[in-house]
Amino acid sequence: MAEERRQKQCSVVLPTESMKAMAESVGVGQLQEESCAALSEEVSYRIKEIAQDALKFMHHGKRRKLTTSDIDNALKLKNVEPLYGFQSQEFIPFRFASGGGRELHFYEEKEVDLSDIINTPLPRVPLDVSLKAHWLSIDGVQPAIPENPPPAPKEQQKAESTEPLKVVKPGQEEEGTIQGKSQGATTADGKGKEKGLMRLKPRSTHELSVEQQLYYKEITEACVGSCEAKRAEALQSIATDPGLYQMLPRFSTFISEGVRVNVVQNNLALLIYLMRMVKALMDNPTLYLEKYLHELIPAVVTCIVSKQLCLRPDVDNHWALRDFAARLMAQSCKTFSTTTNNIQSRITKTFTKSWLDDKTQWTTRYGCIAGLSELGADVIKTLILPRLAVEGARIKAVMEGPVVSNIDKIGADHVQSLLLKHCASVIAKTRPLPDNVEQYRADYGYLGPMLCSHVVKARTQAALQAQQVNRTTLTITQPRPTLSVSQSGLSGSGGPRTPSIIKVPSSLTLMSPRPGTPSQPSPPATKYIVMATSAGAASTQQVITLSSSQSASPVTSTVPSATSTLQPLVKLESGGGPGLTGSRPLQKYIVVSLPSSASSSLESKSAMLPTSISSLEAGMKMDRSDSPGASTQSPH
Amino acid sequence: MAAVQGGLIDTEEEKDIKTEPSSDGCGNNNANDGRLHNASPGTTSSGGSNKPAAGAAEDQQTLLAVLQFLKKNKLTESVEILRREAGLSEETDDPKGLESSGAGSGGVGGNADAGSGDANSLLSRVSVSSSAVSAASAAPAPPKAVVAEDQPDVNVVLSAYSQQGDPALYDVYYNGLKRFIETVLDCHRAELSQVFYPLFVHMYLELVYNNHENVAKAFFEKFSGDQECYYEDDLRILSGLSKKEHMRGNETLLDFRTSKFVLRISRDSYQLLKRHLQERQNNQIWNIIQEHLYIDIFDGMPRSKSQIDAMSGSLAGEAKREANKAKVFYGLLKEPEIEVPLDDEDEEAENEEGKPKKKKPKKDSMGSKSKKQDPNAPSQTRIPLPELKDSDKLDKIMYMKEATKKIRLAPETLPSICFYSFLNAYQGLTAVDFTDDSSLIAGGFADSTVRVWSVTPKKLRRVKSAADLSLIDKESDDVLERIMDEKTASESKILYGHSGPVYGISFSPDRNYLLSSSEDGTVRLWSLQTYSCLVGYKGHNYPVWDTQFSPHGYYFISGGHDRVARLWATDHYQPLRMFAGHLADITCTRFHPNSNYVATGSSDRTIRLWDVLTGNCVRIFTGHKGPIHALAFSPNGKFLASGATDGRVLLWDIGHGLMIGELKGHTDTIYSLKFSRDGEILASGSMDNTVRLWDALKAFDDLETDDFTAATGHIHLPENSQELLLGTYLSKSTPVVHLHFTRRNLLLAAGAYNP
Repeated sequence: MAEERRQKQCSVVLPTESMKAMAESVGVGQLQEESCAALSEEVSYRIKEIAQDALKFMHHGKRRKLTTSDIDNALKLKNVEPLYGFQSQEFIPFRFASGGGRELHFYEEKEVDLSDIINTPLPRVPLDVSLKAHWLSIDGVQPAIPENPPPAPKEQQKAESTEPLKVVKPGQEEEGTIQGKSQGATTADGKGKEKGLMRLKPRSTHELSVEQQLYYKEITEACVGSCEAKRAEALQSIATDPGLYQMLPRFSTFISEGVRVNVVQNNLALLIYLMRMVKALMDNPTLYLEKYLHELIPAVVTCIVSKQLCLRPDVDNHWALRDFAARLMAQSCKTFSTTTNNIQSRITKTFTKSWLDDKTQWTTRYGCIAGLSELGADVIKTLILPRLAVEGARIKAVMEGPVVSNIDKIGADHVQSLLLKHCASVIAKTRPLPDNVEQYRADYGYLGPMLCSHVVKARTQAALQAQQVNRTTLTITQPRPTLSVSQSGLSGSGGPRTPSIIKVPSSLTLMSPRPGTPSQPSPPATKYIVMATSAGAASTQQVITLSSSQSASPVTSTVPSATSTLQPLVKLESGGGPGLTGSRPLQKYIVVSLPSSASSSLESKSAMLPTSISSLEAGMKMDRSDSPGASTQSPH
Repeated sequence: MAAVQGGLIDTEEEKDIKTEPSSDGCGNNNANDGRLHNASPGTTSSGGSNKPAAGAAEDQQTLLAVLQFLKKNKLTESVEILRREAGLSEETDDPKGLESSGAGSGGVGGNADAGSGDANSLLSRVSVSSSAVSAASAAPAPPKAVVAEDQPDVNVVLSAYSQQGDPALYDVYYNGLKRFIETVLDCHRAELSQVFYPLFVHMYLELVYNNHENVAKAFFEKFSGDQECYYEDDLRILSGLSKKEHMRGNETLLDFRTSKFVLRISRDSYQLLKRHLQERQNNQIWNIIQEHLYIDIFDGMPRSKSQIDAMSGSLAGEAKREANKAKVFYGLLKEPEIEVPLDDEDEEAENEEGKPKKKKPKKDSMGSKSKKQDPNAPSQTRIPLPELKDSDKLDKIMYMKEATKKIRLAPETLPSICFYSFLNAYQGLTAVDFTDDSSLIAGGFADSTVRVWSVTPKKLRRVKSAADLSLIDKESDDVLERIMDEKTASESKILYGHSGPVYGISFSPDRNYLLSSSEDGTVRLWSLQTYSCLVGYKGHNYPVWDTQFSPHGYYFISGGHDRVARLWATDHYQPLRMFAGHLADITCTRFHPNSNYVATGSSDRTIRLWDVLTGNCVRIFTGHKGPIHALAFSPNGKFLASGATDGRVLLWDIGHGLMIGELKGHTDTIYSLKFSRDGEILASGSMDNTVRLWDALKAFDDLETDDFTAATGHIHLPENSQELLLGTYLSKSTPVVHLHFTRRNLLLAAGAYNP
């Protein structure tokens, strides 16, 4: 009969000081201690009563959280006037403060500047309630569509890989069987549950169903095929589909093998496609990628530092691929690096080592620097800036020395602009103001003067941007729960797999949303992918298109829309990752221009932009000059 | 309290019945006499005996006792009033006299217009306690007598607690009993342990009542941990109650005080307990047992711990055995108009060439009709049901056609589930309903709106205005089409009218009406032709948690915070029946498929089944450990499934009044339950974002092979939830608020997406 001891609630009573404070607030000066005690007991009792009634309203409101309106209703039930004006969007509108040994909960009333309100554009009208239908189960099997939760949540995938021996839980087993829909082996349908709490190594299914095989074939073909529209669709699928985890080993092998072969064959286009696949995989919030990093990272690093990536190194823009892969590398460092695997430090060591080697070719050198500088301002400061003088001397030797070979010259040129681009912004932030050319020359050698002019430019741009940011953030950082919900619909429990609107200045193509669920009266999820199909730029030409824009270097942030052979994508993402930065969904404008300066939004963090690491914290700050190709395309 | 409340309501209800014929000549369903169901709430009362039969002697006695008491307290005015009225009642000497006295003294005029009816029920809470006062004050007299009193004086209700021993000894008494029960034979221990909780509560209340606040607190601290965990909610309420003043108007307390806690104990165990208490001269405990507990003694083997646990958990103990003895006609009504639609169908079929197909369903339906000799079915005219209209017949034909295409469900062939997510529902979705043909879906929201969507491509249209309607050629064939205003076509319509969150919603079977119940205490009837409110049914005055149309239309049931379920007809503005007996909020209401019964689930953790004809409570099901939020009858009418906040689904056999199964698996409140069209699968939807499918056939099969020990009510629940669970489908942070099987056995689920 003895159950677990419960918390005793009967002694919880409001402190008498509260009574005194309240009495004072209504003008009763001296309240006897005894009356305070009596009052506080009475008040506590009544509050408990009301709370109990309010719980009823919560239950009938089919919620888990008690809201102020529940309390109002409970008061009405007792024939008491409800407390008006306490409606709040947040569930608990009280703030907490402590100090001087006292703890205080207070109702925050911010001072609001009227001009702010007047100048702020009106928030959008909240979207109306709508109905959306999807299949939760088809003949007893739950389809793996975005509307349903991922069949194997990331945590489970993680648990499976980190603790192969584990207690079999009925629930997970269940989900596993549902997911493994057409695998004859696993359709034991819950029979496994009877095994109870045995420690088993979970079955890892290595065979794919026919559908999965077909899907795999289609996706891989589309990813490396010649049709850009198909590729975009395939990548989108990889980035969003929640049911891919069983195919993940295949994909990672596909990528690593593909890189291996194509590096040898110097097939730049295919390497680029494979890297885009890596990015799509990393974008998928339902995949637990850690298990396959050993295959993916070497592939990516190869694409960064390989001596030769294309057949005609003097013409083809393999630099863009290196940049892109470097960014991927940095992204995976950020997300996957832990104290046990030490990815970041190992990668940094690798890059530094080959950079320090005198015999290293310009291409590899470029890759190393790109890889390092993508890792962030700190890395640039500690590893790159000290070597600027040495590197400058080397560049000088090539540029001004006897003509060695055209290829070396191009390489040196690229390394120079790369260094200028990355270092300038860091120096602009760290170095005290007077930008003296001579001083720069003394500090950084050959590159000094150029660096100086870049720093000056960066500073003015930062100042300019500050104003703009100010204005844009005003509009952007408005909490807009409405927006994120409405657009994302059933999307991401893990991250903002939001419908994205990708705008391209040139020509537009609309791709249909993902195929349908049962007939539905309501508007389908707004999911538009607008892609550029630049006139003559297809498959092989792509390589050239990249190169052309690359020379227009990201630093100047000119917009390649004029040439428009590049594919700059502006991605409007709205989404509040549940886990991140509280409940306030930020609206983010992530500017992606693929592939010259690809960015990637991992989870619901911000995009990786060339120079702004700080943008990680504040998603809304990123825009404009931070990112190349955005200034005229940003959607506002 | 139950008894008293019942009595009061009787009076009010009698008035209703009296006024009905005059107010609207349609008295088709008060064919039954008022006397019969006047007695009904009495059966639910604590004493369990019907007062009208008690006779004059008892009444007199009671009155005298009250008079004495009043005199003693020098309430001369009341004495006078009572005298005057008692004189009256002595003359008439029947319940009507009581009524008049009750109504008169309660401060509510006897005039039975609508307004006073409302006022009456509004006051019912107050006067409930007042009359409870008198009941208690008449302690020496039989407590069943219902006498009205002048002023509510809670002290008197509680005066029963006044006899007291030394407060310091309570610990000793309780501990002594505890030690005794711990040392008895194992087979008796579980049974006797049931005594702990009610004893604990009453001892605590006595201490509080007698102002031994600190002793009470210490007592609570010491022993509350021993109580079963499913009483936690009540203990929490009790824990807050530490002063005599708090006892005034505390409903939970009144429930404890006025309704006896029912225990079922075998004779052997009872004797053991009795002997122990008498030996020890433990009068304190013995008094409590005598006064506040109702011990239902049965002969035979004592029950095991698990058997007891399965049935306990309700606010007032288990149901008494005789409470579930009444005969329930759970069979289905025979489909009345079989021949007509078939003929119609044939005529249509001749044009369509679908004839051979439709022969089969005919046979099927004939087959089902051959069951019309079902001895368990009520007679066709037991409850006057509305005549079928032509449109209803057409609908029946549609239904049959669809039924032929129905998928036969089995554990191997599970239904597909289509999930309707409400997006952007920041207003808080509180209730959902589908029409039977799954063409419309309605949602009730916390912002007081009701929204209706069309799920089919057919848009929702209003009927044209009167002026436009007069222009229509009424002779034309497509007049039904012409009356609709094409300009108003839209996918959804919003109905404004409530002034509080909408908690219950229900479509009429003919899809012409929609009912909604709200926090504002009203139930509203909406027309789905004009999309406007037709009637606001007032009477509850407190939040109405649920409402539902009868499967045959016309009648509907509502239940809410005032603990009374009301049966209404759409064309009466006052309720036809009031079902009183629950000790806490009525949280959900469901009609039996044959419309002769309604089931109500409550926060007191019981389910009651009421006879619509007589108003009697015919079944009380206990066993849930939390407020009940979902009920579902099996399509054959034999079984009832219920789901509660404890996350368990319980299955009940209505005919035998027994619990027959327990389905464990959900981790949060179950908000919806539904049987598939043929009753093979039970679907449950919960706050834990899952839809689960259960093998209902198997759950009921196991039982039928089992021999019923109905006489004793002992049940052995098979621990087979895991075997019965056929599937679990997790949605993406969308609590499942409603489930519905289409006529072809596709499962529709609905809920609001909470990002």
